[in-house]
Amino acid sequence: MAQVSEELDRYLSDFERFEKNGASRAASWVHELRKAAIARFAELGFPTTRHEEWKYTAVAPIAKVPFTRVGDDRPMFLSWALERLGFGLSEGARLVFVNGHYAREYSSLRALPGGVRAGNLAAALADDWERVEPHLARYARYQDHAFVALNTAFIEDGAFLYLPAGTVVGDPIHLVFISTARGTASASHPRNLIVAGHNSQATIVETYVGTDKAVYFTNAVTEVVVGENAAIDHYKLQRESEEAFHVATLEVHQGRSSNFGSHSIALGGALVRNDVNVVLDGEGSECTLNGLYMVTGQQHVDNHTRIDHARPHCLSRQLYKGVLDGKARGVFNGKIVVHPPAQKTDARQTNKNLLLSGDALIDTKPQLEINNNDVKCTHGSTIGRLDEDSIFYLRSRGIGEEMARSLLTYAFASEIINRIKVEPLRATLENLLVTRFQQGLPMEATP
Amino acid sequence: MLEIRNLHAKAGNNGILRGVDLTVNAGEVHAVMGPNGSGKSTLAQVLAGRADYEVTAGEVIYEGKDLLTMAPEDRAREGIFLGFQYPVEIPGVSTTYFLKAAFNAIRKHRGLEELDAVDFLALIKEKTKILAVDQSLLNRPINEGFSGGEKKRNEIFQMAVLEPKLALLDETDSGLDIDALKIVANGVNALRSPDRAMLVITHYQRLLNYVVPDYVHVLVDGRIVKSGGQALALELEAKGYDWVKADAAMAQPTSA
Repeated sequence: MAQVSEELDRYLSDFERFEKNGASRAASWVHELRKAAIARFAELGFPTTRHEEWKYTAVAPIAKVPFTRVGDDRPMFLSWALERLGFGLSEGARLVFVNGHYAREYSSLRALPGGVRAGNLAAALADDWERVEPHLARYARYQDHAFVALNTAFIEDGAFLYLPAGTVVGDPIHLVFISTARGTASASHPRNLIVAGHNSQATIVETYVGTDKAVYFTNAVTEVVVGENAAIDHYKLQRESEEAFHVATLEVHQGRSSNFGSHSIALGGALVRNDVNVVLDGEGSECTLNGLYMVTGQQHVDNHTRIDHARPHCLSRQLYKGVLDGKARGVFNGKIVVHPPAQKTDARQTNKNLLLSGDALIDTKPQLEINNNDVKCTHGSTIGRLDEDSIFYLRSRGIGEEMARSLLTYAFASEIINRIKVEPLRATLENLLVTRFQQGLPMEATP
Repeated sequence: MLEIRNLHAKAGNNGILRGVDLTVNAGEVHAVMGPNGSGKSTLAQVLAGRADYEVTAGEVIYEGKDLLTMAPEDRAREGIFLGFQYPVEIPGVSTTYFLKAAFNAIRKHRGLEELDAVDFLALIKEKTKILAVDQSLLNRPINEGFSGGEKKRNEIFQMAVLEPKLALLDETDSGLDIDALKIVANGVNALRSPDRAMLVITHYQRLLNYVVPDYVHVLVDGRIVKSGGQALALELEAKGYDWVKADAAMAQPTSA
């Protein structure tokens, strides 16, 4: 118990320092929110594996390391790192965050249509708070989730996007989160808010990378409000360094006839937990959740999804695929909750896993909770290995065994890759996967 | 080109090949016929290097080399091609990508320069024309959603692209309609040449109306019990396999 409170105390005293310093300039409602969140975090503590939602993921390794937030001091070598990561050439707007702080000099807001507000949350909390306040922390419930509570307590910076009604943004908007841990166990708590007005449309790509092989902790929360008839495509590419911890929640709230797509690609990190929660809170809304996790070595990746069908005639589709090699461990927990008013719900959920080694492990748990009688719901999961007949077929044509295995693994993953509509992102991923298969290495981000 | 001597193989505890002897020279087409379960497919799979079978005795010399110690891909690179009885569906890998990888692996092995995408595409388009194969096949994932006939045609198409020295066709004719059978037969005939040999494994004589073999062998209980020419195939078609089986039992009473 002493150990546990020591771990929490570290965050509580970090919080005190945080409130004392720059963060104290924030409006009082932000202070209240942070205080409520840190209090809730103190109550909840870090989850243990006795907690149903954390049954297969022990977060003790995160709790043990004395992580602290790092200040806004940026190394100067980032330009080339960005180039190498493929952002130098990317079209569209780009918001870059370094260790959780907005880096204006690497960001670019050109090519955004008029009326769109794109910038960092810290600035928006000061200048545009009336657009932020109605939404911030209204969806991602810190009351139930220790890491969301921790993130909320440390709300300071992140991306803020506001699309006025009817705005169509053609090129993807990139949100890039770079960790440059140098020796210290640094933590960042990026907080993103995306508000899409009626009939608006945009593609958003979140990328998480580390520049060093170091222990750091990213604890991100993104809230997305999808207005009536709006269409948002969200991509998340997680390429943290191989020793990093990454915990993230994507919380989506959908209005009537809206459409939301999530593509969550998890490649890096030592210990990774992704929560994607969608509330279909408007009649006729649709969401598609695609996921791909590819891990090896000692990596652990946990994907939790929850879709709440709260209104009639909503549709949800989920396909998560996992490739696990080495001694990697994966978790998929997908929950679909159909609420009493959600007549004519159409929900489909699939999780498929490919185990490349005898030591890799996956726990998969699709769950359905249906509270009315007029629904169409299916769910299922599979765990398999590479098909020996297919390997022999390829080899019998002259293709070497390693190449045959790579090709089949790639083929397995390609079902998700092919759904990526952002061309440079798809190309980046294809390259990463090919390299990964050729070298048999983890796909950490080190540029 | 190929010399099989006293080949014995088993799967698990089941002996399937029990002493196969067969010599195939360049330029020849051999048909191997036999009833179900006689070991025809096993013979093809063993020659192609399938690990499910254990060779317990005998040897196979291919172009002066010990074939049985070679990995499947090395056999292919040395010029052996197996047309599968049941071609595998591989979603997510396009036929073109797959064939280019195979084609270049073979060329590299032979010390030839690899073909780039443009040249390779030109080559395979040419082959689709010769074999009257729909070009849309090239962009489709390997065999995915193909009918049985389409899969067999794809095997012949792959053979035409890879230009093997020794083709093993494992019941490529089974289950084909008349048109598909003709396409397969034409593909086989187009590849006949003085420096290429073929081992055509079939249950029925039908294909041999179109592909006239130089030799016909009858495999019964894992052994070649009778060899002859085209006439033997017709005789088998007319009289079935029972009489060969009976003859074999007379000759080798212990083998039953």
